Amino acid sequence: MVTRIEVFTKTNFPDAIGNEVASEIANIGITFVDEIRTVQVYLIDGNLSKEDIKRICSELLIDGLTQDYVCINGLSERSADIQTGKMKFGQKGRKDNAVYTIEVARKRGVMDPVESTVIKGIRDLGLSAKSVKTAKRFLLAGSLTIEQVETIADKVLANKIIEDVFINKDNLFYEDKNDTIDYVFHRNTLEILNADDEQLLLISQMGQLYLNLQEMKAVQEYFATFGRNPTDVELETIAQTWSEHCMHKTFRGIIDYDGKLIDNLLANTVMKVTSELNKPWCVSVFKDNAGIVEFDENYNICFKVETHNHPSAIEPYGGANTGIGGVIRDTLGTGLGAKPILNTDVFCFGPLDMRQEMIPEGVLHPKRIFKGVVAGVRDYGNRMGIPTANGAIFFDERYTGNPLVYCGNVGLIPKDKCKKVSHEGDLILLVGGRTGRDGIHGATFSSVELTHQSEVVSGGAVQIGDPIMEKKVTDALLMARDRGLYNNITDCGAGGLSSAVGEMGEELGAVVDLEKVPLKYDGLSYSEIWISEAQERMVLSVPPGNMEEIREVFEREDVEVTFIGKFTGDKRLRLRYKGEDVADIEMAFLHDGLPGMTRKATWRSPSHKDPAINEKKDYGEDLKKILSSWNVCSKEWVIRQYDHEVQGGSVMKPLQGVNNDGPGDACIIRPVLNSNKGIIVSNGMNPKYGDIDPYYMAASAIDEALRQIVSVGGSLERVALLDNFSWGNTSKPECLGGLVRAAKGCYDTALYYETPFISGKDSLNNEFKSGDKTISIPPTLLISAICIMPDVTKAISMDVKSPDNLIYILGMTKNELGGSHYYYIHGFIGNSVPKVDTGIGKKTMDLLASATEKGLVRSCHDCSEGGLAVAAAEMSFAGGYGMELDLSQVPVEEGVDRDDVILFAESNSRFIVEVQPEKHQEFEKTISGIPYGCIGKVLDDDIFTILSQNGEKVISEKISDLKEAWQATLRL
Amino acid sequence: MTIKAETLNNKPKAIILRTAGTNCDYETKYALEKAGADVDLVHVNQLVKDKGLLGSYHIFVLPGGFTYGDDIAAGKVLANQLRHHLLDELMQFVDDGKLVIGICNGFQVLIKMGLLPGINGTHSSLNGYRQEFTLTYNDSSKFEDRWVYLKSFSNKSVFVDKDCLLYVPIAHAEGKFVAGKEGELKALGKSGQIIFKYADKDGNIANYPWNPNGSMDNIAGICDSTGRVLGMMPHPERYIEPTQHPRWTREGLKSEGDGLAIFRNAVNYIAGIL
Repeated sequence: MVTRIEVFTKTNFPDAIGNEVASEIANIGITFVDEIRTVQVYLIDGNLSKEDIKRICSELLIDGLTQDYVCINGLSERSADIQTGKMKFGQKGRKDNAVYTIEVARKRGVMDPVESTVIKGIRDLGLSAKSVKTAKRFLLAGSLTIEQVETIADKVLANKIIEDVFINKDNLFYEDKNDTIDYVFHRNTLEILNADDEQLLLISQMGQLYLNLQEMKAVQEYFATFGRNPTDVELETIAQTWSEHCMHKTFRGIIDYDGKLIDNLLANTVMKVTSELNKPWCVSVFKDNAGIVEFDENYNICFKVETHNHPSAIEPYGGANTGIGGVIRDTLGTGLGAKPILNTDVFCFGPLDMRQEMIPEGVLHPKRIFKGVVAGVRDYGNRMGIPTANGAIFFDERYTGNPLVYCGNVGLIPKDKCKKVSHEGDLILLVGGRTGRDGIHGATFSSVELTHQSEVVSGGAVQIGDPIMEKKVTDALLMARDRGLYNNITDCGAGGLSSAVGEMGEELGAVVDLEKVPLKYDGLSYSEIWISEAQERMVLSVPPGNMEEIREVFEREDVEVTFIGKFTGDKRLRLRYKGEDVADIEMAFLHDGLPGMTRKATWRSPSHKDPAINEKKDYGEDLKKILSSWNVCSKEWVIRQYDHEVQGGSVMKPLQGVNNDGPGDACIIRPVLNSNKGIIVSNGMNPKYGDIDPYYMAASAIDEALRQIVSVGGSLERVALLDNFSWGNTSKPECLGGLVRAAKGCYDTALYYETPFISGKDSLNNEFKSGDKTISIPPTLLISAICIMPDVTKAISMDVKSPDNLIYILGMTKNELGGSHYYYIHGFIGNSVPKVDTGIGKKTMDLLASATEKGLVRSCHDCSEGGLAVAAAEMSFAGGYGMELDLSQVPVEEGVDRDDVILFAESNSRFIVEVQPEKHQEFEKTISGIPYGCIGKVLDDDIFTILSQNGEKVISEKISDLKEAWQATLRL
Repeated sequence: MTIKAETLNNKPKAIILRTAGTNCDYETKYALEKAGADVDLVHVNQLVKDKGLLGSYHIFVLPGGFTYGDDIAAGKVLANQLRHHLLDELMQFVDDGKLVIGICNGFQVLIKMGLLPGINGTHSSLNGYRQEFTLTYNDSSKFEDRWVYLKSFSNKSVFVDKDCLLYVPIAHAEGKFVAGKEGELKALGKSGQIIFKYADKDGNIANYPWNPNGSMDNIAGICDSTGRVLGMMPHPERYIEPTQHPRWTREGLKSEGDGLAIFRNAVNYIAGIL
């Protein structure tokens, strides 16, 4: 019997979720809602007496102090009318108010971890329930039309991709008629041997395989040699293995770049830097799920950043959830498994204040995507107990239909656990969550462009994560690792078991009995089981002798384990379902059979003229405008929602200064608590430069990531980089040309700074089609950097420390306003993009690092978006002291004579540094040989002043006004 | 008083309870070890299976985290599990003169299982299970990570010295301390069980953001009537080393973090009666 239980907050306590929802509704412009209450609904199925239900409610489901409940069935008939009874709802406000209810429940098959928790809680009470379903119910009172209520449901309360919505329906019991559908085995083969070109493409399209004609022909040829047609699961396996997401065929293929052939762009650029630099501390690069570098005598560090763009566009919360969950599993699946110790997150969205009518059909508003993504990362990272201490958010209208979500994770791994290899005869062990229809076709979906149809066609590609499952897997896994119970491990990510087993068994071959895979619900075909991207699963290669012990380790932590097959030695991938063969492909064909691809690329620099902006006497307003712009403004609203201190290693936090709210450059953590050895993590990205030339965008991104490392007290000696390219449609030659430019920029700049790449990832085809319009994202390269810091007590923050200290600028300021925020606020792009000066860039960073090491630096901040003026202003208001600076003392390139250029140019490799007067001689001695200027000092007041080259005040603002401008934008 | 439990090297023994979603165990273990304890991490399944195990420890620690995902309500499901499977053992543990501390999620568990506040010396709220206090959603409706000043108001707890001002971080979404009745709140204060209140940097009672969640009476931590059970929302284990302070680059490195004293007081208390 099913009992429906409705739990709600007592009237004399605030309804936290209700209040949040109220402000969201006001945000979309509906102002006639007088009252909102939320109700948590549980539907419990089981053989339970009225007394049992009463105990479940009062002891488990409600907080007796703040909440009350009603039951339908079981306890009594709806004992109180929730709308007018105990809850006293709908009595405030206008007299003619109507009351509406909106009930939201996850669709069948969509993960809801609460269900199993409630079953566990009921078991602890000594009772048992067969199943639990949950829903959320919202009561609204106001002078609203039904259309407005539907809009509220659609825009605020529910996402129809994963949830069902019921308006004004009471006493729902969600009886599911499909519960009893069993799967009846039937081997599906597809007729391809006799198919012509058109039919081949149709097969690819119908099956959502996204294989092109050349690839389909290679498949046809392969099966022709055996004289048989492939099964559906064979085609799926090939499509998944050959997808752009898994194979990186653009980067690894042949590119005809304006007549010059590049065979494997990756090997010729980012990977080449690493082999040429040949750093002995690089332990594993571009091989494993994450790159590995040395840390100390006991541990190494691994680092990986992934993108999860397409799912986040459709279901931001679930997309971000699974993005962060997935990259954490990359770390868990590196070597024999690393402990996740730090998350980083970088997002690109449309501007949050975009008018609704500017949003294309089928697209969620940027604000909704932003909030959903932040909540998704927050809930997953916080629940996993991993600090999120570094990140960035970038806004541009072109991300509206195709937002970018980069999730990164750093792991700590014992030195002797970095190598892995499966042995012939090892058993294939699947651990973690159960398998459902989640995310079918995620790998192929993430390799194509989005359309307004995407949410309809690809709903299945969206998943919700279960961080507690992943935490349990992590805890058990690291114990099994330390006991040496398995030989190899990888995560189930895009492509599910197909990808995990296919990769691990590449050298040996594997056989899997698909009916053994534990399922969330009946009815999955063998093919769905194989390609499902259900989250929180890992695949291990276990020697048969360890079967029982490893089972015990996982089960003790309540993690399900299932042996599903073994690694054979016959170099074939064989799949069976209840003894029936459903796939048999040679590993060699799967991994090497992809036909080579040649793509055309071309590059012509776009020319955006540098504008003629009149010089002014006062740049205070310009400064405030830049400080309050989306990309520069304070991200405190986001940062505080992330637990950035769990695990106790925090040394340099993302918010710094006298009131803990200034913008830190890079974060520092100590992964081993009894040691002062630390790691610094930073990121660099500026798509605005890519609109002018992706080569310099890449160079500047590397420079920025490195500047941040040096700013907090790191040095270039032990820095490794990650590259994450998110690009538009690379079958367009000019788009691919930009990618080539960026990759070359990576090679030249990383080689110059002697910082190797250790891992990376690309996400291509990031464009959005709406009607006949295609909007491509700007070329977007994220560079993440990680530095090993010998002694964290040498670290410095960006806030100025005390009056009378001197302020220096290091580096050369040039006529480089192209892509700057100064041009941006005036409506221009410009052409004079910042370059990296390979004459002084590295020397500047090296000498600054040695000055910091000597204790000569009190604070330091790098000049990036907004240039000198923004960097100095941030230091000033974060420290709570005024400043007076003199532009005539700034070292400039010949020909620079305008004040606005010196104030706002974004020339690379520049730093603002605070030095105590008594140390200034030693400081200047230490940095001699690079351009620098002592440009002013810290004042014991609250005025931020900059004097022009002629000695007149061009900026004179209260630091509280500057800070307010910087903070107000994202105070949601 | 001498308390039962075997020890190695006469060191107090602490047990940190782990379960699905526990996540501050690593740094809490570090803090306790630094304070001089021997520390074991033990999964709740193991403790339920081997109930005698609890008796071999002196300090029982419920660390921070999101046990069982904080599904239903923060700490609720673990509280329910402990009530139904380890209640007698835990009450015996306290009656034996041993110590219990719950931090953040651990505080939520102690309140929701009724081991706190245990007014009138009997842990009476366990019988009949009428919860008088709770921890609910922050006024901001959001998870927040921020540093707060804690003023100690009582010398009732063996973990805490009176009249000290501690600086430690909070990181929670459901930390607002709420009493069902005004009278119960007064009684709690009268019996000296209000240990920590959120304050400003000078130790004065102040509003948001100093009081980060809107707790009634600014309450951040309370103890039971014996003074041997402490629950607090802020994380003392996150300020053990001087480099954890958010402004150490401004204010210089202190010799140790403010949070260490809480663990050291516990360890010294046990060492004193061993």
